[in-house]
Parts: sequence; C-alpha cells; structure tokens
Amino acid sequence: MIEVIGVNKSFEGIHVLKNVSVRLDSGKMNLIIGQSGSGKTVLMKSIIGLHKVDTGKILYDGRNFPDMKFSEIKQLRTEVGMLFQGSALFDSLSVLENVIFPLEMFSNMTRKEMMKRAKFCLSRVKLQSHAFDLAPSEISGGMQKRVAIARAISLNPKYLFCDEPNSGLDPITALVIDKLIKEITEEYNITTIVNTHDMNSVMEVGDHIIFIDKGRKAWEGSREEIFDAQDEALNEFVFASELFKKVREAHHTK
Amino acid sequence: MYRVFSTPDRWRMFFRQFPKEMEKLGLNSLGIVVIISIFCGAILTIQTKLNTSDPLLPRYSTGMVTRDTLLLEFSSTIMCLILAGKVGSNIASEIGTMRITEQIDALEIMGVNSANYLILPKIVAFVILIPCLVIFSMGMGLLGGYAVAAFSNIITISDYLYGIQYAFVPYYIFYSVVKSLFFAFIIASVSSYYGYYSYGGALDVGKSSTNAVVNSSIIILLCNIVITNFMLT
Repeated sequence: MIEVIGVNKSFEGIHVLKNVSVRLDSGKMNLIIGQSGSGKTVLMKSIIGLHKVDTGKILYDGRNFPDMKFSEIKQLRTEVGMLFQGSALFDSLSVLENVIFPLEMFSNMTRKEMMKRAKFCLSRVKLQSHAFDLAPSEISGGMQKRVAIARAISLNPKYLFCDEPNSGLDPITALVIDKLIKEITEEYNITTIVNTHDMNSVMEVGDHIIFIDKGRKAWEGSREEIFDAQDEALNEFVFASELFKKVREAHHTK
Repeated sequence: MYRVFSTPDRWRMFFRQFPKEMEKLGLNSLGIVVIISIFCGAILTIQTKLNTSDPLLPRYSTGMVTRDTLLLEFSSTIMCLILAGKVGSNIASEIGTMRITEQIDALEIMGVNSANYLILPKIVAFVILIPCLVIFSMGMGLLGGYAVAAFSNIITISDYLYGIQYAFVPYYIFYSVVKSLFFAFIIASVSSYYGYYSYGGALDVGKSSTNAVVNSSIIILLCNIVITNFMLT
C-alpha cells in the first residue's frame, strides 16, 4: 500500500500539485486520470521519486520516501516495477536479455535460474518463444509492452507503476494489456498505479480511480461510482464522448 | 562525476559492457585511423619535400620531419580530434537516445546507477585502447610516407628510411601516448555528459551530439597546449 499525504510540488514558482492526499491499496488497479497538464504525471513521478516533493509524505507500507537514505531508496527500487509509455526497452539487448537485466543486477540467481525466471515472466505475459531472441525494434508495439511488463515483474515487485500503458496500441491490444496488468496485480497482490487518459481502461479495469484537476485531487472512487459523480470537471472529462454519455444513460436506466 | 566513478553495482555487468565498448569505440575506429594516417603520412612527405627544396638541407630531412610531425602532433592530437567526431558523436547520440526514450529513467527506477553503468565502461575502454590506436596511427603514417617514396620520384626509399631513423627521440612516443590518454578521457567524458543531459526529441539529441564534438575538440586543443608546455618545455 502507498499513502500520499498532503503532497505539494512546484516548478519555478508554478504550483503543480496542491495538497494531494490519496491512498493506493495493494491488489487493486489504482488509476490516475486527468487532462493533459493536470499534474497526474508529476504526481506519479513524485510518488516514484523522480521528482522531489516540496512538502508532504509518500509512505510505501509506512516508509516515508522523502526521508529515506540512499541505501533505503536503492532497496525500495528493487521492489518497484515500472512500465513506461514507450516501453523503454534497452535497444542493445534482446527481448530475453531485457527481462534478465534486473535479475542480473539485483538477484543472486545463477544464469540458469535467471533464464528460467525470465522465460516464465515472458510466458506469463503470453509472449511467444520465437520472439525471445529478437531485438525490441523487431517486435510490435503490443509485444514490446508485454516484454516491458515481464521485465517489470521479473523481481516480484510490490509496487507497479504504469505510465499510459496502452498509448499507441489498437483497442484490442490495449484491452489485452489492461487485463494482463489487472491479472498480474491481483495474482501477486501488487500495488498498481496506472496513469491513463483512456476511458476504456477506466471502465474495464479501474478498481480505484483518482481524478486530478488543476493539480488537486478533484474526485476518487470506483468505476461504478463514477457514473453518479457530481464533479463537473470529472463528468466533462470522462463523458466527453457521445459513446460514454450513452453508457452513462444506459447505466442510469438499469 | 562522483556517480560515474563510484563502484559498479555489479562488476560482472561492468565486465560484460567493457569488451563491447572496446569493440565499439576502439576496434571499430581502426578503419578510419588506417585511412587517415596513411593519407596524411603520404601528404606530409610530399609537402615537406616540395617546400624544403633548399640544396643545403640534407636529403634525409624529409623523412625526419614527417616522422616528428606524426609522432608529436598528428597521431595524438589530430587523430584524437578526428576521433572526437566519430567516437564522441557515437557516445553522445547513443546515451542521448537512451535518455529521450526513457531507458535511463528505467535504469534509475530499477535502482541502477545509470551514469556508472553507461559511462564508466566507455571511459575505461577508450582510455585503455587509445595508446594502441595512436601507436598504430604512427606506424600507418610512416607507411604512407614510405608509399610515396616507393611509388613516386619525389624522394628515394633510402633517404626516407634514413630520415625516419635519424635522431629518433623515443620520448616523443611517450609524450604522444600520455597526451592521448588525456584526450581519450576528454572525448568519452564530455560526450557522455552531453548525451546524459539531453532532453526533448531527436533534434535535441542531434544538438547534444554536435555540442559534444565541438566542446571536446576545443578542450582537447586547450589541453594540448598545457600538456605540451608541461612535457616538452
């Protein structure tokens, strides 16, 4: 579980995050949504520690990140997996080597054990074995996301961060990736935080949704509760398309 | 700098990267070193002979001047300026691309000291290989001069061979190698710095690469004056 308490963050006098507090439970898909420029990426990067917060606490199972020593941060990093928007696979390594990389860096496994673990992770994300020895540039965007998920879970992380995991993917592949992340989250009881614009993801896999508007937490709740939300900015954002307006109407007429 | 030169997270990862960098930065530069050294050695011999046609000058002076020019400046300074273009842009664009495609962020989030993992093997590999490249360049340059003697009537082979052996100062090779060690460090570290702190898109990586080459070249030239003053005066 991660708790964010009263976090503020400014860049050159511009107050980007304004007293944000949120609790992110383990075994759940915690989705951070909001318009571009609302501060959701800054919030995610602040939680991970890529941005240093001005004030506030970020508790990883009770351990306050801003107060951690370098050695403690290093230890915490091994408990964190991250799926980047562009996958961020290492170009110079093959698919299999990408998944082995964190194991080589942080585990004391033998080469054979590492291979076994990496192949298990790749099969868990349903990647066919013929792709194992290919370079990341030789596989499709959807397959790259799968490899990135496999790499992120190779060290059995307690926390998984996903930055726009289905951007650039077709709707079917996007859904497959969303469901895969949800399955893994539940299977390994991971605290998963997903930063997304995609309303399909929100409706399909969002267990706990946090809406960020102009740097503030404007709303939070489940995907069922979102239909009855009174927040104007949230409704404008989520039900911007005619399709989702009709989904809401259908939900209300049930 | 502190992060680059701290102890690697895993030595086995360092020793896996190290030979790859030796190949990429050093061995893959052999081709350009051979071509440029042979042609420059040849042109130095021709120019020296044509511009020192005074009958009072001994015939062996052409070979001697060619050798000293190659040993003192060409094979270290000029070759390193050329390598700053090839190796420097390679390093800056590789690390810069890793930065803008979030690969460096991925390393950081995993808890890897990205500066150390990416930069240290490059610096160590290039600094270790540069003396070999410099000495190889000297040999190739002298061979270029020999080719002029062999295939033209500008200078005889015996005059050339006598000239390149006459009043030979072995210290010049040491001086050249020492200079090249500094230059290799400058090329690898300055280029890595510009690559590591790239931001934006492909255009910005191109700018970082250009800045890396220009700034390493300027620092090499400044450093050359300082080292020459220190070692030869």
